[in-house]
Amino acid sequence: MFFDSDLLMSALRALTPILLAALGGAICERAGVFNIGLDGMMLMGCFTAVATSWFTGSPWLGVLAAALVSAAYSLILAVGAVTLRGDAVVLGIALNLLAVGLTSFLLRTVFGVQGTFDDPSLAGLPLVGGFSPLAYLAWAAVGVAALTLSRHVWGLRLRGVGEASDAAATLGVSPVRYQYGAVLVSGVLCGLAGAQLALGNVTLFSENMTAGRGWIAVVAVMLGRALPLGVLLAALLFGLAEAAGFRLQGLDLPQQATDAAPYVVTLGALFLTTARRRRRTPSPAPARPSPPPSSPSTSTSTSAGAVS
Amino acid sequence: MNHITRTVRSPVAFSVLAGVVIGALFLVGTGADPVAAYGAVLGGSLGADGIGATLTTLTSVLGLALALAVPLRAGLINLGGDGQLVLGGMAAAVTGLYCPLPAPLTVVLALLAGMAAGAGYAALAALCENRFGVPLLVSSLLLSYPAASFASWLARYPLKEPGSSLPQTRQLPDGVALPRFGSSTVTVGLLLVVLAAAAYWFTDRRTAFGYEMRMTGLSSRFAAYAGVERGGLALRLMAVSGALAGLVGAIGVLSFPYRFLDGSLTASGYTWTGLTAALLAGAAPVGTVLASFFFAVLQVGGLSMERTTEVPRELTQVLQAIVIVFLAARLRFPRSPGLTRLFRGRDTEQTPQTPQSPQSPESPQGELA
Repeated sequence: MFFDSDLLMSALRALTPILLAALGGAICERAGVFNIGLDGMMLMGCFTAVATSWFTGSPWLGVLAAALVSAAYSLILAVGAVTLRGDAVVLGIALNLLAVGLTSFLLRTVFGVQGTFDDPSLAGLPLVGGFSPLAYLAWAAVGVAALTLSRHVWGLRLRGVGEASDAAATLGVSPVRYQYGAVLVSGVLCGLAGAQLALGNVTLFSENMTAGRGWIAVVAVMLGRALPLGVLLAALLFGLAEAAGFRLQGLDLPQQATDAAPYVVTLGALFLTTARRRRRTPSPAPARPSPPPSSPSTSTSTSAGAVS
Repeated sequence: MNHITRTVRSPVAFSVLAGVVIGALFLVGTGADPVAAYGAVLGGSLGADGIGATLTTLTSVLGLALALAVPLRAGLINLGGDGQLVLGGMAAAVTGLYCPLPAPLTVVLALLAGMAAGAGYAALAALCENRFGVPLLVSSLLLSYPAASFASWLARYPLKEPGSSLPQTRQLPDGVALPRFGSSTVTVGLLLVVLAAAAYWFTDRRTAFGYEMRMTGLSSRFAAYAGVERGGLALRLMAVSGALAGLVGAIGVLSFPYRFLDGSLTASGYTWTGLTAALLAGAAPVGTVLASFFFAVLQVGGLSMERTTEVPRELTQVLQAIVIVFLAARLRFPRSPGLTRLFRGRDTEQTPQTPQSPQSPESPQGELA
């Protein structure tokens, strides 16, 4: 039996960190901030969760600290991309690199070890009904995010800011405030994702332990079209790929094949969804951006100058 | 004079300075003397003992920086450098081990095979974008992981050196190696990479292709109106990018320890250092060389800093990232239309102003007065 309830259970366990991070990414995307720093924010969460749990003995404080520290870390993206209007793609890459460097540096200065910090007395999160408490939180967050985005006035304004920030601003909605809010929420969610990874899935911290999960979350946002339920389905797909990978290792397949499986599945899923979307829209123009809103205004200003 | 003040006040100088200052704060925080630590960085990397290591590191960093700068010049980001690098190294190792030709010819063939493997794999990422609409940023990164897994599998099973406990291939036959300069570890690879930089400079400045590339980077919409076909350009740029990454992999295999050892090519994170250098330079050819040298100095100097002050060398990695954080917050790089869509609201400010109103771009009404 390959596909059984066991596989589904382990898939559900594997998907929690990706789901939490991808939800954060989806909220940012809806607010018009392209967030590819999810991986770095998660990694900061991992380290903070382990360090706090180690020094206080309480994994719950670890979860709380991870959420706070990742939120503070995400402020770099908010300030850089929203206030200073820097390039969010480059900022995201920089955040990922900074997190790798910073956590490796702190691992050596705080714990005095290199590579992995692993101790039997490090307290992890308890299981409730077979799942980490953060897994329930993640599922609840999907519902809350879906309802808020589609029904609540905050969600409406957030989407308005993402789709046409100038129009939102004329209606008295502050794009800056909503974009900051979205980035901070993604920081909190990534912090929880990191805590789940380092205190739930395993109980240790190792250098670069997110291993590209934040990037998979970025792809999950694309696959799920930034809809909370779509993101849930995409995360479930990766969870299944990861769980199936573990299962395949039992079948004497080389570990390298199972390591590569989630990425190949991801790419395949992207092919399928984008191909279907293209067939539905008859003009496959390669994502040509719409004419800039500024061109009419510049033309009017020059004609005004000509009149005077 | 004006030129000098502009350079000093540029975001590049600002972010490098900010990185150095924040790095000093970190040093003080860990109880080390920042002056001594930075002195150790410079002494350890540029002194007589360190310059060889710096130039060896520069070979990899510059090669990968060029690989990432070429597409970045047109606003494309190739995040799959690791995969292209590893496949290039593996292709070179296989050629070196099984090619029946005389050694010098084998070396040339191995270099070419490495470049071809990297180019082909990078072109695949561009095809994913052109044919299937998967953004290049994502397709290149996702393709990188299976490539690394595949090479790792080859080094562990079919090509594994019999009797060795390490996941590595057999050593290349005698003579199948890049010539070294004297007794140093610096190989002809450095020369090849510098030649590539010169070729990039020439293409960027003097050829129609370089013009198309820069034009696309500055304004992809304008370039499209001018008749630049974006898909084809992306494909060619990615092929060049992958070829350069593959070349670095091949150089790595054809230098000490003259074999493919799983993980050794990517362990130092040269791909990310290269990307950082390319970003810092805005993909400009001369700037990329300078930035690569700066980061090679940091990387090698970090080791001697660790030896003399006991500050972990990971600090240099932090410093690198901080430089880019500051740079990105103040600068904008051109990006692909697929990503531009997400920024539609704010992209309007990037639109070049009409030449009629150069003095007061903020307030067109000024002309009416």
